[in-house]
Amino acid sequence: MNKTKAIKAKKTRISSEQKIELLRQMLLIRRFEEKCVELYSAGKIRGFLHLYIGEEAVAVGIMPLLKAEDRIVATYREHGHALARGISSGAIMAEMFGKSNGCSKGRGGSMHLFDAEKRFYGGNAIVGGGMPLAVGLALADKMQRNPFVTVCFFGEGAVAEGEFHESMNLAALWKLPVLFICENNLYAMGTALSRSHSQTDITKKAESYGMKSEAIDGMNVMEVRDAAERAIEFVREKSEPFLLEAHTYRFRAHSMYDPELYRSKDEVEDWKDRGPIESFQSELLEKNEISESEIAQMEEKIKAEIEEAVAFAEAGELEPLSDLLKDVYTPLDV
Amino acid sequence: MKNGKEITYREAVRRALQEALLEDERVFLMGEDVGRYGGSYACSHGLLKEFGEERVRDTPLSESGFVGAGIGAALGGMLPIVEVMTVNFSLLALDQIVNSAATLRHMSGGQFSVPLVVRMATGGGRQLAAQHSHSLENWYAHIPGIKVFTPATVTDARYMLAEAIKDPDPVFIFEHAMLYPTKGKIKENGNGFNVERAEICREGSDISLITFGGSLSKALEAAESLSSEGIEAEVIDLRILRPLDTETIINSITKTHRAVIVDEGWKTGSFAGEISAQIMEKAFDELDYPVQRVCSYEVPIPYAEHLEKLALPQANEIIDAVKEMF
Repeated sequence: MNKTKAIKAKKTRISSEQKIELLRQMLLIRRFEEKCVELYSAGKIRGFLHLYIGEEAVAVGIMPLLKAEDRIVATYREHGHALARGISSGAIMAEMFGKSNGCSKGRGGSMHLFDAEKRFYGGNAIVGGGMPLAVGLALADKMQRNPFVTVCFFGEGAVAEGEFHESMNLAALWKLPVLFICENNLYAMGTALSRSHSQTDITKKAESYGMKSEAIDGMNVMEVRDAAERAIEFVREKSEPFLLEAHTYRFRAHSMYDPELYRSKDEVEDWKDRGPIESFQSELLEKNEISESEIAQMEEKIKAEIEEAVAFAEAGELEPLSDLLKDVYTPLDV
Repeated sequence: MKNGKEITYREAVRRALQEALLEDERVFLMGEDVGRYGGSYACSHGLLKEFGEERVRDTPLSESGFVGAGIGAALGGMLPIVEVMTVNFSLLALDQIVNSAATLRHMSGGQFSVPLVVRMATGGGRQLAAQHSHSLENWYAHIPGIKVFTPATVTDARYMLAEAIKDPDPVFIFEHAMLYPTKGKIKENGNGFNVERAEICREGSDISLITFGGSLSKALEAAESLSSEGIEAEVIDLRILRPLDTETIINSITKTHRAVIVDEGWKTGSFAGEISAQIMEKAFDELDYPVQRVCSYEVPIPYAEHLEKLALPQANEIIDAVKEMF
């Protein structure tokens, strides 16, 4: 599916253990979010809840390749990115419960997961709004001679925003170490890419800014990983931006309030047949890299982790009402 | 504080920028035409030559992009000073300002601060018509999470910037465009300099004239004229719109029992309205007359000189408003 042979293909060596870990991370995200839906119906989680189900291969293909000092800017559909980056499932669940042991102390909720230690600069709920921040983070690293990469996730809907174009231009003009990841799931909420863009090939938009790019199958975790490895190396070595367009699909509704009038059931089913977890699991089974019983054990462990996460969230304290005005400004004695 | 020599407001801003760049290598200046052109109001003249292209960065015309990049760079360990040519252009960056700069610390539960400074020109009076003349400081002062400085004097133009850079949160500095060529004596930065308190620029016992930014000189002019007619006005320069020093205002009202607020914003929804409400809430019993406001008329600022002059607050209107109250 490579549309642009922007950089030399490099054969990645990856062990069975690493592959199994990729499967585990994708399954954790899937099961975690399935639990979220349950808890949403039970009224434990409120606000907007945007599920990543179907798109897991993108975050999981990229995140393990990053170093601890690299920086991540994500969108409001970021549970998967946060989990894949290693933010604990308990802290994420507690955040959705609005508890003070959440990763944003309950001030952000599902759309605004943050973690300073993991260099996770948030779920940003303004489409395209995170992109200038990623440019600035990379500018700071460039000026401080830090060899870090900033990875910026956004959807294809963001590509119509001015902030996308302003950010692409600045990053390319100033040669900033940003890896832009367009998670192209074909729909900006309910509006199809073909109904909202005159040019639907997003790599061409990068090209017009003189930025190297590559389109990949975002349903295939190994393809994402291979391409991401090349792209990250390019960004780090050259200190230049790169755009990866991952073709993917959201299996669930946009949020919990979406009757899905804009796409056919057949289309959804066709994409589900290409599901990133299902296909990768079959591949590993076929190659005898994992057994059915090992998968069952993995599922059990994930189930236990999610139960623990829910218990952690349930046990969390609500912030006292007297703290309402906290964290609007930085206390000056700190 | 001892008095120094006279310099222009523009030169005060330039020296403040130069000092900031000299004092901390994390500081850099970024904006449209801040480098080769020397700043659209010449505030960064010579700085590109002195500090180089990495620290004095000309940007493309991408207000949202470079203000957002300033926020990101602040998160990444730098201390950016972003210049936006005028307050009208800053509207193109409002998403980054309102949705990111002001919210990141809160949304992250206190994990990330944004030590960003954004400077911009504001205000009318130069026949630049309805897309270069507005005073929207009030919109910014509405937003929790940011701070708003309005230097009205050469001293504040010279020294507020350093305080803004020291501040761990985003600070927006509004420089009234009519002030750049004006001259004043600079008070040296002693221990008394602060960015917490409003300043009483002229003491008086009969009425409080409360103002900020480009309207300060008009209020002072009105006060001098009123003095010759036996009315002693106290003139308060707010200096900082958020967080607001309400105490200085209330103390003055407690002394004078009358107030006129002068604000170049449109009267409806103006910052003057906020001050008036605070006086009502905290000092209603002290008032001998309803609080009055002198603001811009409810019209986009016109080009024609006579109409622009009428649209903006002027000293004679302040004088008339005060006389009505006695």
